[in-house]
Amino acid sequence: MKGFTFHKPRSLKEALAMLKEADGKAKIMAGGTDLLGAMKDGIMQPERLINLQEIPDLANIRPDNDRLHLGALVSLHEITVHPSIQKRFGILAQAAQEVGSPQLRNMGTLGGNLCQRPRCWYYRGDFVCLKRGGDQCFAVTGQNKYHAVIEGGPCFIVHPSDTAPALLAMDASVRIAGPDGEKIAALEKFFMTPRDNVTRENILEPDQILTEIMVPLPREGSRGIYLKARERRCWDFALASVALLLNIDDGICQEIRLVLGGIAPIPFRASKAEEVLKGKPIEIELIDQACRMALSGARPLASNAYKLELTQALIKQALLTLSNK
Amino acid sequence: MTHQIELIINGEHYELMVKANKTLLELLREDLDLTGTKMGCGTGDCGACTVLLDNRPVNACLVLAVEARGKEIVTIEGLAQGETLHPLQQAFIDHGAVQCGFCTPGMILTAKALLDNNPNPTEPMIRRAIAGNICRCTGYTKIVKAIMAVASR
Repeated sequence: MKGFTFHKPRSLKEALAMLKEADGKAKIMAGGTDLLGAMKDGIMQPERLINLQEIPDLANIRPDNDRLHLGALVSLHEITVHPSIQKRFGILAQAAQEVGSPQLRNMGTLGGNLCQRPRCWYYRGDFVCLKRGGDQCFAVTGQNKYHAVIEGGPCFIVHPSDTAPALLAMDASVRIAGPDGEKIAALEKFFMTPRDNVTRENILEPDQILTEIMVPLPREGSRGIYLKARERRCWDFALASVALLLNIDDGICQEIRLVLGGIAPIPFRASKAEEVLKGKPIEIELIDQACRMALSGARPLASNAYKLELTQALIKQALLTLSNK
Repeated sequence: MTHQIELIINGEHYELMVKANKTLLELLREDLDLTGTKMGCGTGDCGACTVLLDNRPVNACLVLAVEARGKEIVTIEGLAQGETLHPLQQAFIDHGAVQCGFCTPGMILTAKALLDNNPNPTEPMIRRAIAGNICRCTGYTKIVKAIMAVASR
């Protein structure tokens, strides 16, 4: 790793001032498990690291009446073992449990998991691709087994986060601090496609910090599940993943939020599949129809069409499990 | 840029000067000669560099030395009491759970964290706990048996 200076601000205000002063030459550090890997690979060479670990409150878990407040520095391990997260926000606990390895979950944080950089082997390798300021996406004609099947182009990364689909299924929002104060954004508006901006994956500006994730309490009777398909049971990123929140009352689907990971440059909300089921009785024919609609408009590359069938199978498994079919 | 850090390693108090870009792994191996902790992939994929940071297993290759300021670190060198091996170390020998030995320090520390937290884990719990430690000799069966033997005591 190239040299850098290391800073450990004691307050958010101090961190924001450091970030502004650094004028784009600094990176925010939480658990560091993604950042240090990217720095070792030479993808990022910040002159300064601003570590948030000593800022009070950023690692707090605070439930209130109608939502759960999670500091951006809450570790993934803590999320997996927290009793009220397991009980009321099970999709998130399940998704956090699927991240990386036990060692990585001990250091890795929720905020970091949302802000991690993509794992595309061209981007992480020695290729000056679009994301690194070059003029082409090497996945288009290259090895593209793990790349996007929908919403791709001009760059075909997939968003690697497990917790993002889970949080989106629960309609979470994020708090972002910047030089002009704080703002709250729906997580749905947080991620950016390569068409919006090919060099980054979310709306965070270089002088802003993600400080908190807020998750509304799912309504009574809602159930959730997170399923992840991968080649290896530990470490691996999703080939495809499904986060589903479902509320069935009297056999009728009252509420459904279906979010897919590992298949698009952003966590992908399968709205067309949701529309098939919402307000309708949950029956096998409709479940099959929803699975078919989930990825309509997908344009797989040469080696990743298998993801369509895989994703449909995961969606079906999730729907059957939650509807007790 | 160097930083002064104080930390506890294997029960001993250290005051050290470290460069910002030095990893905890480099600090242990290169500055302190604690070479029991192994350098494998360097990117958090193999678990060979596992140490305990405030009693939890972490990849020392992905922790900066400056981040360990004020923390308590346990490496494989901190387990034996004089000439007496830690029960896990002894069990790994007794069960033939050491082949090339490269994964062993990380494997034993991960197992220690598990047993400190839950003295009676089931076999699936043990397998899940050591999922972040790769044994390229693929000697997992005997490793799991060794850990189970200590767990059942």
